[in-house]
Amino acid sequence: MRRYFGRKLLIYGLTFFVAVTVNWMIPRFMPGDPIASMVARANVTNAQAVEAMRAYYSNLFGLDQPLWQQYVNFWGALAHGDFGISIWLFPTPVTDVITQAVPYTLALIIPSVLLSWVVGNRFGAYAARRKLLDNTVLPVGYVLTAMPYMWLAVLLAWGFGVLLGWFPVAGGYSFSMRPNWSWTFVLDLLHHWALPFLSLFLVALGGWAIGMRNMIIYELESDYSSYLSALGAPSRLIRRYAFRNAVLPQITGLALQLGVLVAGALVTEIVFAYPGLGSLILKAIQNKDFFLLQGTFLFIVLGVLIANFIIDIVYVVVDPRTRAGMAGAQA
Amino acid sequence: MTTIQEAAPREPAGVRREALYFAVRNGKLMAGFGIVLVLLLLGLFGPLLFAGVPNDYGTRPMSPPSGEHWFGTTTFGQDVFLQFVHGLRSTFVVGVIGGGIAAVIGMFVGFVAGYRGGIVDEVLNMLTNVILVIPTLAVLLIINAYLGIRSVAVQGLFIGLTQWPWAARAIRAQTFSLRTREFVDLARMSGSGTGKIIAKEIAPNMSSYLFMTFILLFGGSVLIASSLDFIGLGPTEGVSLGLMLQNANQWSALQLGMWWWFVPPGAAITAIVGALYVANVGLDEVFNPKLRET
Repeated sequence: MRRYFGRKLLIYGLTFFVAVTVNWMIPRFMPGDPIASMVARANVTNAQAVEAMRAYYSNLFGLDQPLWQQYVNFWGALAHGDFGISIWLFPTPVTDVITQAVPYTLALIIPSVLLSWVVGNRFGAYAARRKLLDNTVLPVGYVLTAMPYMWLAVLLAWGFGVLLGWFPVAGGYSFSMRPNWSWTFVLDLLHHWALPFLSLFLVALGGWAIGMRNMIIYELESDYSSYLSALGAPSRLIRRYAFRNAVLPQITGLALQLGVLVAGALVTEIVFAYPGLGSLILKAIQNKDFFLLQGTFLFIVLGVLIANFIIDIVYVVVDPRTRAGMAGAQA
Repeated sequence: MTTIQEAAPREPAGVRREALYFAVRNGKLMAGFGIVLVLLLLGLFGPLLFAGVPNDYGTRPMSPPSGEHWFGTTTFGQDVFLQFVHGLRSTFVVGVIGGGIAAVIGMFVGFVAGYRGGIVDEVLNMLTNVILVIPTLAVLLIINAYLGIRSVAVQGLFIGLTQWPWAARAIRAQTFSLRTREFVDLARMSGSGTGKIIAKEIAPNMSSYLFMTFILLFGGSVLIASSLDFIGLGPTEGVSLGLMLQNANQWSALQLGMWWWFVPPGAAITAIVGALYVANVGLDEVFNPKLRET
């Protein structure tokens, strides 16, 4: 088990290192004079912001210093949680802007991912080897999983928001309200949360259902299933064993899908103008706020790494083979 | 002895014919490829048949579908159908370039890691795992924002460069199971080099698997490209289905009830990717006799 976690941590450490290095490298090795083009691109009118930008960039690039020194400085700033200052919301530090948006994204992504995973697995497991259910779950699953996240979001917003008028289609809460801890505000928050959540939930659902269905069929064809049924075990029992085996690849699949799920959450937020990281990225791009963009990038990478590690821990709890140090999960 | 020599060269053709036999009788495969083919033809020939520049402003803005404008017009009077046809083309371009590049890198890494094993495998596997964990879209965001991607092809290139890890992993696992087979040993003993063994012995034995991997990479590339376009980092020159969605969203087609602006592009992406997935299941049944429905 120590080897398993050691290997995983090494990979995550390396990944973070690569992400930070990419983040450091791209602005530096961009063709042309980075500072000039960056300041010109930012197109900010606020003279103070321009000056701060130029100063920060010169400082950041530290062109008088050797490259390795610049690189070390970059890590140093990072260690202090210094991502620079947002240009869009000058002079708020990027870290503050991001920490305000993160709760919204997490509130959207965690329930939708977990619920779609659980429900999708249930559906898939029921559908496998049952003609009628299979013929409905499978096509619906394929359509859902092939949908671009933002398209389903747009359709839901149009149907339930604009046509029926049941749900609001923009924002994290009503513009007339200020955030507080009253019941009306929490209800308002939930009201705005419902559609983006539903959209994320539905798109992810299809993939899990299909994956689970295929795994169950595979497990039902394996020797232990045939042996059990030859012994006269009820099919409910066999299916339960099949499910426990089939869930393991689905856990690995969850880890592999994290990047796609995060991407889906980002575009869904943009559709609903939900005040999370997705909307932040859109604003950062529209305002050429590169500090904000780079800060958000590192935050997302960090979040995905942490989520990966949590899934690894869950895997060890669920699959005893990894605990015994046998060949279980692949590193 | 003579019979074996006679039978051996005939075998590949026989396998191919058998695959074809089951392929044309497989509803999923035919329906899936049929849908993709129709949309592909529309994307290929549509821009030639229907003259006009897709982003040109027209005289009748915001009009619903009619005989003159099949899919209606945008807020600026642009013809949605014309945009749709051109958008289909860029969607296929992104899919082919992104999926192709990812497949080539994935195959190279997977074959070499799986066949060589040892330290080469360790290093390549570590590389694969590292890139696998990084959220693709986030990396593409940074790259596109700084470089300012102009063409659909370059967008496809970068998508391909970030999408290969899972394919490499899957191909590595397959190669691993093939490398200890007798025919590979025989080729090694007869003095074939690594490249030749991979190309002549291993790859042909998993060609169906490779093809299916490419299909999945194609679908993934299309979806990622549409997300990038939607965030506003799409190609600055040209039209794509994702850009159409982005424009519709940006100019509040939703609030204005202009459904003809945002329904067709999303439906086309869903149709292409979904049809490919279904065709993939069909292909699986064709190549794997165990899965065939009798």
